Amino acid sequence: MSARLPHQSRSAQLVLILVALAFIGFFLVLPLVAVFAEALAKGLATYGAALVEPDAISAIKLTLLVAAISVPLNVVFGLCAAWAVAKFDFRGRSLLVTLIDLPFSISPVVAGLVYVLLFGAQGWAGPWLIDHGVRIIFAVPGIVLATILVTFPFVARELIPLMQEQGRVDEEAALALGASGFKTFLRVTLPNIRWGLLYGVLLCNARAMGEFGAVSVVSGHLRGLTNTMPLHVEILYNEYNFAAAFAVASLLALLALVTLVLKTSLEWKFGYSHGSAK
Amino acid sequence: MEIALSSQLQMQAAVERPRKRRRSRKSIIPGFGLTMGFTLAWLSLIVLIPLSALFLRAAGLGWSEFLAVGFSERAMAAYRISFGTALAAAVINGVFGLLTAWVFVRYEFPGKRVLNAMVDLPFALPTAVAGIALTALYSPNGWVGQFLDPLGIKVAYTPIGITIALIFIGLPFIVRSVEPVLADVSVDVEDAALSLGARPWQVFLRVILPAIMPALLTGFALALARGIGEYGSVIFIAGNMPFKSEIAPLLIVTQLEQYDYAAATAIATVMLLASFAMLLVINVIQAWTRRKVDP
Repeated sequence: MSARLPHQSRSAQLVLILVALAFIGFFLVLPLVAVFAEALAKGLATYGAALVEPDAISAIKLTLLVAAISVPLNVVFGLCAAWAVAKFDFRGRSLLVTLIDLPFSISPVVAGLVYVLLFGAQGWAGPWLIDHGVRIIFAVPGIVLATILVTFPFVARELIPLMQEQGRVDEEAALALGASGFKTFLRVTLPNIRWGLLYGVLLCNARAMGEFGAVSVVSGHLRGLTNTMPLHVEILYNEYNFAAAFAVASLLALLALVTLVLKTSLEWKFGYSHGSAK
Repeated sequence: MEIALSSQLQMQAAVERPRKRRRSRKSIIPGFGLTMGFTLAWLSLIVLIPLSALFLRAAGLGWSEFLAVGFSERAMAAYRISFGTALAAAVINGVFGLLTAWVFVRYEFPGKRVLNAMVDLPFALPTAVAGIALTALYSPNGWVGQFLDPLGIKVAYTPIGITIALIFIGLPFIVRSVEPVLADVSVDVEDAALSLGARPWQVFLRVILPAIMPALLTGFALALARGIGEYGSVIFIAGNMPFKSEIAPLLIVTQLEQYDYAAATAIATVMLLASFAMLLVINVIQAWTRRKVDP
């Protein structure tokens, strides 16, 4: 259904299309191609070696662990927040939604810093934590906390508009017919929001696995201990070990591509567009 | 991040809508106490208390020290670079992002759906990966840099490099904000304007641009806000020379590594206040949009 201005010439159209293609090609496609080209520049053997090296393996494991903790917590929070906001009327609802969105507008570095100020050696709870042998900063708990903060709004802001659009009638009918609250959620609400939930989880997971700034501030960059994949990429790159850096980066780029493919197929197959039930 | 933009308008609208019905009926749905309690507790623990910690720490510095370390010459230079490059990138994205959205909405061409999906790449690709890829492309011996270097154009390790990284990061904000609104602009109105003798550029300036202006501004503000705080994609290509190519988020990290908590706290507070200001601007644009759409 190409709707075009009748007076607009084919050539003007072609020029606009070419400019847009050049812009996307130059700024989006080329960097992606560069990642894989640089990763394979020294051959497949170097590529494989960079991925099975012990520090790389431990970085991959840590990244998976951090995502495995922060994404489910984000889902639980997102479901609770969306239920509270969408199914009930209360004062200050807009304020609550704005506060949930807040982490999107904060610099990742600031997100990491606030935890250093709370739990670091110079922080408020720092000395007490050190006395009790609890390490949060420069350790895995700090990385998880920082990741939870930067991914905070992902699932909630996907579900809130979706559940508001769907209203309360379905749930009220189930409850009136005698279903318990939890059963109503499980059998009525959850099937209605499943694509939106999946969409939120996909994007949340991509960010959780790829987060760099916030994690970088709290991690301490201890090789094999507190290095996530993006941090491992940075260390290798700064050591001028470009082939290895791009090899690990190519795994993250693959993750991004898989995320895009799944997200796009949700949109094409199920007509899901985020923030609406359609 | 993806969700950050196009659903923001919808969400705000959806949040506002039920207000009229308030108190008109009592919900029989259970779980308000439980879900609301958990939401508020989690929000406080993860977001509100840590952010207050930053403000309290900054307040503990006292005014004179806060101003001295938060607005030192080096910090001022870093703000100028962060805000300047973010603004330049948002303007460039405003033009090309609008053009891209226009092409996607109005024209058909092979590979359109795949390219459209690619627009979200910056949301999915980890920033550090984008950073090293762009640096490899634009360094003097890189794929693109080798052609620019003989011309005397240095991209990597200069503010131009920072701007390129921020163009990458910000592009989807503009395209995804503008696309749905552009698709809603009725072609009939354009045809009417044309049949009344308007030139195509007049139709664009007088009919289309006013209709998509709020969406364009929202996307612009979102891209700007993201660019100001961006770290991962920038630090590799920036060169990180104090006063020349050092962005504010990097200065926070540098001060932290030197155990200068006062400077890190003060600069972070300035950045956080800037984020709040941007959030306010975005909300004002959206309130204005709602009034325009639904007077």
